[in-house]
Amino acid sequence: MPNLPLFPHQASDVAVQVDVFYLALVLITTFFSLLIALLILYFIIKYRHTPERQAEQIHGSTLLEVIWTVIPLGISMVIFVWGAMIYYHLRRPPADALEIYGEAKQWMWKFEHPGGQREINALHVPIGRPVKVTLISQDVIHDFFVPDFRVKMDVLPNRYTYVWFTATRPGVYHLFCSQYCGTNHSAMIGEVTVMKPEDFAEWLASGKAEGSLSAQGEKLFQEFGCITCHRPDSGARGPNLQGLYGRPVRLTDNRVIIADDNYIRESILQPNAKIVSGFQPIMPTFQGVVSEEGLIQITEYIKHMSEQESQPLNNRTNPTLLRDTEVPSIQQNLQQGTRPANPSGKKP
Amino acid sequence: MPEKHYLNDNYGIRSWLLTKDHKRIAILYLISVSVMFFVGGIFAALVRLQLLTPNAELFQRDTYNKLFSEHGINMVFFFLVPSVPAILGNFVLPLMVGAKDLAFPKINLMSWYIYIVGAAFSFAALCAGGVDTGWTFYPPYSTGYAKTPVTLLAIGVIFAGFSSIFTGLNFIVTVHRMRAPGLTWGRLPLFVWANYATSIIMILGTPVLAITLILLALERAFHIGIFDPRLGGDPVLFQHMFWFYSHPAVYIMILPGMGVISELVTCFSRKRAFGYPFIAFSSLAIAVFGFVVWAHHMFVAGISTYSALVFSLLSFAVAIPSAVKVFNWTATMYKGSISLETPMLYALAFIGLFTIGGLTGLFLAALGMDIHIHDTYFVIAHFHYIMVGGMVTAYLGGLHFWWPKMTGRMYPEAWAKLSALIVFIGFNLTFFPQFILGYLGMPRRYAAYPPEFQVLNVLSSAGASILAIGFLLPAIYFMYSLAYGEPAGDNPWNAKGLEWQTTSPPPTHNFHHTPVVTEEAYNYGAPEEVPVAH
Repeated sequence: MPNLPLFPHQASDVAVQVDVFYLALVLITTFFSLLIALLILYFIIKYRHTPERQAEQIHGSTLLEVIWTVIPLGISMVIFVWGAMIYYHLRRPPADALEIYGEAKQWMWKFEHPGGQREINALHVPIGRPVKVTLISQDVIHDFFVPDFRVKMDVLPNRYTYVWFTATRPGVYHLFCSQYCGTNHSAMIGEVTVMKPEDFAEWLASGKAEGSLSAQGEKLFQEFGCITCHRPDSGARGPNLQGLYGRPVRLTDNRVIIADDNYIRESILQPNAKIVSGFQPIMPTFQGVVSEEGLIQITEYIKHMSEQESQPLNNRTNPTLLRDTEVPSIQQNLQQGTRPANPSGKKP
Repeated sequence: MPEKHYLNDNYGIRSWLLTKDHKRIAILYLISVSVMFFVGGIFAALVRLQLLTPNAELFQRDTYNKLFSEHGINMVFFFLVPSVPAILGNFVLPLMVGAKDLAFPKINLMSWYIYIVGAAFSFAALCAGGVDTGWTFYPPYSTGYAKTPVTLLAIGVIFAGFSSIFTGLNFIVTVHRMRAPGLTWGRLPLFVWANYATSIIMILGTPVLAITLILLALERAFHIGIFDPRLGGDPVLFQHMFWFYSHPAVYIMILPGMGVISELVTCFSRKRAFGYPFIAFSSLAIAVFGFVVWAHHMFVAGISTYSALVFSLLSFAVAIPSAVKVFNWTATMYKGSISLETPMLYALAFIGLFTIGGLTGLFLAALGMDIHIHDTYFVIAHFHYIMVGGMVTAYLGGLHFWWPKMTGRMYPEAWAKLSALIVFIGFNLTFFPQFILGYLGMPRRYAAYPPEFQVLNVLSSAGASILAIGFLLPAIYFMYSLAYGEPAGDNPWNAKGLEWQTTSPPPTHNFHHTPVVTEEAYNYGAPEEVPVAH
């Protein structure tokens, strides 16, 4: 598809939707701007000051006020719903998305593929497949912006954010940092290369990797001694992590949270922030010990632990068991899963 | 011209620096705010000069980052916020309500001194190398990484904020307590309503800015972990706090301008305001709604999907009162008797440009669209349509309108019309291409950019040079008119407000006899003779 003038490339499936929405908004803007401009022009010509004519005094018209309140309100509600639908879609990555990790720092981008391939200021993705990029910053706030995909997300230093897209058009596109981040903000530009699936597979195979992220994570898991406490047996001092990822966990203060990337990251760096019900706060912090990259690898390993096993998880007397009445929505999620409502907790 | 008026009542530097006369304080503000405007303008000119070429050839990136930061900070905190309220409002609001002065003349003078202290801190920060955080001060960059005098400047901004709190306080009390006999709320000029609404925002919102910047300074100085995650803080918290003030601050900047437009459109159409109560209450509605939309600056900052939905919905709600105003101004011209003196030209430019600025705000309030255009030049274009196309235009319109009242002399009309035209053309050429640039994906705050964006950037810079001429001309002919302008007479526009019933320039105590109001505002249908109160 040729590039429309004054439009960026349409290189993702959502780009078309955003452009149609944009055109509609441009049309509305043009219509009302012209309406006001033409009315003003007409009035200053028709009612220009002359000595013979006096202005006709009019107090107003409640009917008109209602009309020009209700019509803009109606139009803006349509715009709201339209925009909200696109946004909702953009915030919900499909479960089967290809997961890539992105790290930003002053002033470069680094990406890691699940197979362990790394790239600097470049990102290779296949067409036709949803790609979810989980983002973290090592210093200040950055922003992942690919205009040709119409997606953008801030990259925060204290927690993961994500962005997802399905590329539709092979080519090389700009990746901008669009949150001001210091001296070389305007040089923090990368390239996104969109490839046909077979080319992408070839590219992945040609990349040098020291083993998959999860395999590297497993290594770290042993190296840092995580394995000594987070074992799948009942004598362990920390919660068993198998099957943990994506499941609800009950905390000592009775809150129930979902074990996602951010929770796992926080639990490694600030182990006492959220203690799993039934466990003691005895885990040391790994702040400054594990790199951001290492955190990603360990998270990826824990994710894979979930996929491997399907046995009951708790290694204490059901400290994290959930009551249906309390968290119906979570219960619902669980019923869709394969296992009984018996999520693991994890470490203190 | 009258023999004795506020300008020649007494002489000497002391009589100005210790004055409690709201009119003289307005002049003090006019001089100091204009200085800040031209300083901010120089930064803008340098920014546009740099962007003529894609490869950061003129300034190094660090220097450029300081230029756009200082431009934003100067313009927002030291020009846009105080311009209409502290200059025009200070001068005409007491006259409009038939009062001898504001309720607290000493606080009024103090607010100017506080502003000057703030400006001094800002200049100190500039002399210490200038700040490179952008006007938004986002941490952790501003607290843990920037090596520029952020704290100095933050102190300056806090002072500037307090000066506007005092102005707001003064306006609210004056409007409540000091209206002339017969001047009911329903008869107040719409400019007074607009400044009243603005004052409410100033008083409620500005303290939050002060708190936020104090926390920022504390984190920089003592490493107290509030915003920097390395210290255990949360950077998104800052954004919530910052925008809790800075979004309502947008209305602090635009509402008084809207008030000016209501005065101009009625006067030069010789008509009462169409839908007076709707214009008046839409100001209050904007002031109230303005407080609950701040997170629309943060749709991609990592807030939850559902709060984004709520803030988007509320943002659309705040658009409605603005639309109501535009329709009412347009309807006011219907069957009027319209003459196109300079102030009216500015008013018409305001209506057109504000309409575009407001409608492009809908793009940014719409979630799916904002994802793409957030932090791009689209945002820059949008808020400059509101702030320059709207606010600066209204300010210039108001300044031309009340200049004869302030100085007793007319500015040269032909030059003024020419410069209004130059401003309009230059403005559109500068900022319209930026909408397209933004949609194409050029991020803001870029010292260098990919070469495909150059054509539009050159257009924009060309426009900026025209705009600069449009802003320099008034500075020149206003000064010229002080010495050589035609004496204006008490009411050169044949306008209705109380400020036109006293002499030009007014006496120190504004009115020789307290005016009594017997009619509603903008009663242009009545026989043309104006009861003279002095």
